[in-house]
Amino acid sequence: MRSKGKKVNYAKWGYIFIFPFFASFFIFSFIPLMDTIRYSFYEYYRSGIKEIGPNFIGIENYLNLLKSDMLKYAENTLILWIIGFIPQIVIALVLAEWFVDARLKIHGTQFFKVVIYLPNLIMASAFAMLFFTLFSTSGPINAILMSLGWIKAPIDFMGSILGTRALVGLMNFLMWFGNTTIMLMAAIMGISPDIFEASEIDGCNSVQRFFKITLPLIRPILAYTLINSIIGGLQMFDVPQILTNGQGNPDRTSMTLIMFLNSHLKSKNYGMAGALSVYLFIVSAVLCFVVYRMINNEDLNGAKTVAKKNGR
Amino acid sequence: MKAKTLSRMRSIFAHLVLIILSFMCLFFFYILLINATRSHADLQKGFSAFPGKALLQNFMNVANDGTFPMLRGILNSLIVSGSSAAICTYFSALTAYGLYAYDFKFRKAAFTFIMAILVMPTQVTAMGFLRLITKMGMYDTLLPMIIPSIASPAVFYFMYSYLQSSLPLSLVEAARIDGSMEFRTFNQIILPIMKPAIAVQAIFTFVGSWNNYFVPALVIQSKDKMTVPILIAMLRGADYMNFDMGKIYMMIMIAIVPIIVVYLVLSKYIIAGVTLGGVKE
Repeated sequence: MRSKGKKVNYAKWGYIFIFPFFASFFIFSFIPLMDTIRYSFYEYYRSGIKEIGPNFIGIENYLNLLKSDMLKYAENTLILWIIGFIPQIVIALVLAEWFVDARLKIHGTQFFKVVIYLPNLIMASAFAMLFFTLFSTSGPINAILMSLGWIKAPIDFMGSILGTRALVGLMNFLMWFGNTTIMLMAAIMGISPDIFEASEIDGCNSVQRFFKITLPLIRPILAYTLINSIIGGLQMFDVPQILTNGQGNPDRTSMTLIMFLNSHLKSKNYGMAGALSVYLFIVSAVLCFVVYRMINNEDLNGAKTVAKKNGR
Repeated sequence: MKAKTLSRMRSIFAHLVLIILSFMCLFFFYILLINATRSHADLQKGFSAFPGKALLQNFMNVANDGTFPMLRGILNSLIVSGSSAAICTYFSALTAYGLYAYDFKFRKAAFTFIMAILVMPTQVTAMGFLRLITKMGMYDTLLPMIIPSIASPAVFYFMYSYLQSSLPLSLVEAARIDGSMEFRTFNQIILPIMKPAIAVQAIFTFVGSWNNYFVPALVIQSKDKMTVPILIAMLRGADYMNFDMGKIYMMIMIAIVPIIVVYLVLSKYIIAGVTLGGVKE
């Protein structure tokens, strides 16, 4: 397809065309990354109007972070992610299976797809603000529950650990289950119908079919969903930030890692912010690598699928 | 007969679950729409399933509020999201074409590199980014939210897959024989071919940029440059109890509704776009 001799004259155009991308990446991502790593080894913060540092202090920022509440925030992030992710993946798998199952004769598939995907496009911060308003003690949800007689006094959702975390989980679930459903559905529809027919002739019931055929065959997409969700979970910010006004209330039990990073950036504590960024960078790189290897070690094709998903 | 009843039960159950989930998705927005039409006094009386008459009044209250310049915010958001979508899709297509149609020494290395940075979270570079744009004099301007979108690995990959599936290189050769310069070939022949991919990615980039909160919150300081998500965050941080509730609902509605309208009009393409190029098996 590519005749080598002829292309040589055009090689410079290849460089010219990809130049803007790499220039932009270099300036706005690479330099900042190096800067971030560099200052993670410095004492560099602002106290009042005075700027302290930068003084080189080795890995002290890293040690201080370990002694701070960082691990607690990591745990919060993990919990908030799991509360949203488990129902998201379960419901999405079930819905995807139902949508493609001709025997169920689901009516209005298109309508349901449009509705369940809708929350994915909503501004997360506005969605969180909406939930904050709706679920406040004087908000409509409490008013409805009371007028139905289900509760006597208003529930202080955002005053309890469980309530706040459940709300964040619910929002994440609502925002992402439609997207996952559509991804998984496309994956299931991509399986050759012959396989399903053969299984039916062999007397396979729908439960067996789901666990023995569908699940193994959509593994690359499941891997993609998992990686995407883990990376997204690690970056969780908008929803808990707005819902708790950046405080992570009650008692910082809904403070995520990025909220922590954000508070360091806002207070201009560059050294600590740098060290925290490096931790996050390492964790996300490791997570990606592990999950990627775990699920794709036998098929190289999976790697491509994972990459492709991101092109959504 | 028994198997048939069972399958019918399953079908009813499936529909029931779908209806409940759809209800959950729509219910909150329904309350939002209703409450945005009710006056503060009306809202204090409790919940109502029916709209009130204060829609216009609430809108005027929001439009005339200098503390939260919502309309200005919408304009800023439109500028940022529109420009981001335009330059992101253009340069991603350019990069994809450059790597697809030309053979050069570092072609493979460049491709592998972009794949490697595909999942890098933007937040980890935020600290250096903030310092950099301050030094470059772009702090508190809209530019830092627009220019970096030139390098969007995910959009690039989408464009690259699209080129692989729909651009025969012989077409490029033909253009050359006809004496078309390389840039002209790209702008006048390749871009039109890539229109479907560009449209899909433009929508997603626009929405992503419209909803983005982390970066704008770091780089924007003055009120007349704030985008919608920062205004929403400011609203959350304000002394909430003294507010006109009708106005709050109206502000949230203004932030959400434009995207919903666009979505409903384009839903067919958007939903197809979620998986387009995503699943090929």
